[in-house]
Amino acid sequence: MSNNSPHHTIDVNYLARLARLEVTPEEVEIFGGQLGRILNHVEQMNKLDISGIEPTAHAITVFDVIREDGITESLPKETILGNAPRSANGLFVVPKVLD
Amino acid sequence: MSSFTPFTSIADTRRLLRSKEISPVELLEAVEHRIATLDTKIGAYIERDVEAAKKEAASADLSKPLGGIPIGIKDAISVAGQPLQSASRILDGYTAPYDATAVARLRAAGAVPFGRMNMDEFAMGSSTENSAFHPTRNPWDHDRIPGGSSGGSAAAVASGTALATLGSDTGGSIRQPAALCGCVGLKPTYGRVSRYGLIAFASSLDQIGPLTTTVEDSALLLNAMAGKDPHDSTSLELPDEDFTAEIGRDLKGLRIGIPKEYFVDGMEPGVRTAVDAAVKQLVSLGAEPVEISLPHTEYAVAVYYIIATAEASANLARFDGVRYGRRSPEAKDLLSLYEKTRAEGFGREVKRRIILGTYVLSSGYYDAYYLRAQKVRTLIRRDFDQAFTKVDAIISPTSPETAFRLGEKTDDPLKMYLADIFTIATNLAGICGLSLPCGFSNRDGVDLPVGLQLLGRPFGESRLLRIGHAYERSTDWYKRRPPQSA
Repeated sequence: MSNNSPHHTIDVNYLARLARLEVTPEEVEIFGGQLGRILNHVEQMNKLDISGIEPTAHAITVFDVIREDGITESLPKETILGNAPRSANGLFVVPKVLD
Repeated sequence: MSSFTPFTSIADTRRLLRSKEISPVELLEAVEHRIATLDTKIGAYIERDVEAAKKEAASADLSKPLGGIPIGIKDAISVAGQPLQSASRILDGYTAPYDATAVARLRAAGAVPFGRMNMDEFAMGSSTENSAFHPTRNPWDHDRIPGGSSGGSAAAVASGTALATLGSDTGGSIRQPAALCGCVGLKPTYGRVSRYGLIAFASSLDQIGPLTTTVEDSALLLNAMAGKDPHDSTSLELPDEDFTAEIGRDLKGLRIGIPKEYFVDGMEPGVRTAVDAAVKQLVSLGAEPVEISLPHTEYAVAVYYIIATAEASANLARFDGVRYGRRSPEAKDLLSLYEKTRAEGFGREVKRRIILGTYVLSSGYYDAYYLRAQKVRTLIRRDFDQAFTKVDAIISPTSPETAFRLGEKTDDPLKMYLADIFTIATNLAGICGLSLPCGFSNRDGVDLPVGLQLLGRPFGESRLLRIGHAYERSTDWYKRRPPQSA
């Protein structure tokens, strides 16, 4: 496996921000090393000639699964809101977004 | 009341129930008694709602195919009105509002869902050490892991605290723990069983399946669960099939493929010996061995850990502290609500995979990683397509090693991932796979179960179960019980 690729240093802080995930300095350190080693392993894919090969998103593909566009029963609103950490007046409550 | 003997198959338990030698409530009480006695050491269960299950058992319709049979459900699969967490703190307080289709169909067949089975958080792991609740221990040696991610499901069946359980398999999460604990585990073909109500890990790979003491029992559970579901557009419309139909037929004329890439150095010697002996046994039963090649096997781990983490990073975006589960009390605004809730709610392996998945999908790296992996996935699938023009099933070890000790690999995720080599290509190709006991390997002075893996072509479960059953009945491995659970 080659180790020359520049891709092996991962900016954990940047990715964690994209993923909306707060990370500690310790996690940045640990994940950075571990993910670098995993990517080193992944590099072996580059040995393969994949020109002309179509990607597979689903191994067993089905197309155009449609149903009748009718009204069906939904889960009761109380059941759904009952799982929310905070709700009021039939709505999810979150911290203020706009001042 | 006649007492119930643990490890009795579903098929035999059904006879006891129908002849009224035991009632469904007595059966449930016997299972609960066994759990209370043994599971304090194993930790296969997260929680049980005994009263709810008893009520269901009391009205069980014994004329139905699974009438009165209690079945443990992995904590990733929804059971209406019961807590559901995928063994994660981020779903603290969540109650499943509906039944997963697989569970609804088991109920319709008369079964009684009973117990939340422990697992690796969000099914990410091969040892069940990533559960936010507690680790599960291997019934054969309590210092060892049961495999994962469906480790609770496998350990319960193997220690006789459940007749059968449901697991989910994204890269081996049913088959590998079945192998390490010494029970049967079936990953159906992608699209065979609805994923509705299964907490998604990697949607193009996930599939629900049974863990049981016998091959026939897995066929019985698949009979109840299989089929098109309007709630899962990837579930497929296929003719009705009785998966027990081929069971009992001999193996004459069937060709068994032995992939040379799966029998390589580095495997635990006792695993190699047990699987070689199983091949000989299948040949003695009339099967014809054929050497085959799956040339892209070496890339499977790389492809899997790109595709699975990419899909997971998208699927787990929904856990944001707004609509369900926990919310960080530290949050000051919406952004910190997301970031802190996810930081507090997810365990380390889940965070690692979210970050890797975010990386491989991020701008500038998408083509080099995700798209390339999807193309190599095509090559892996073609390997199997070609092999199945020559053979009826492919045989291999389920795992290159038997159960390792708790804590042995927790600091080295890559090492943990590489041990998935024999199971993950199955999910990438969407085919079906069965693991069943084929002997023991002595590791550090302890005899530990070895799993035999049989892989079949898409929608070839019936054939696979026939081969598995014929092998099982020609050996007595499936009758061996852990000394501490006897």
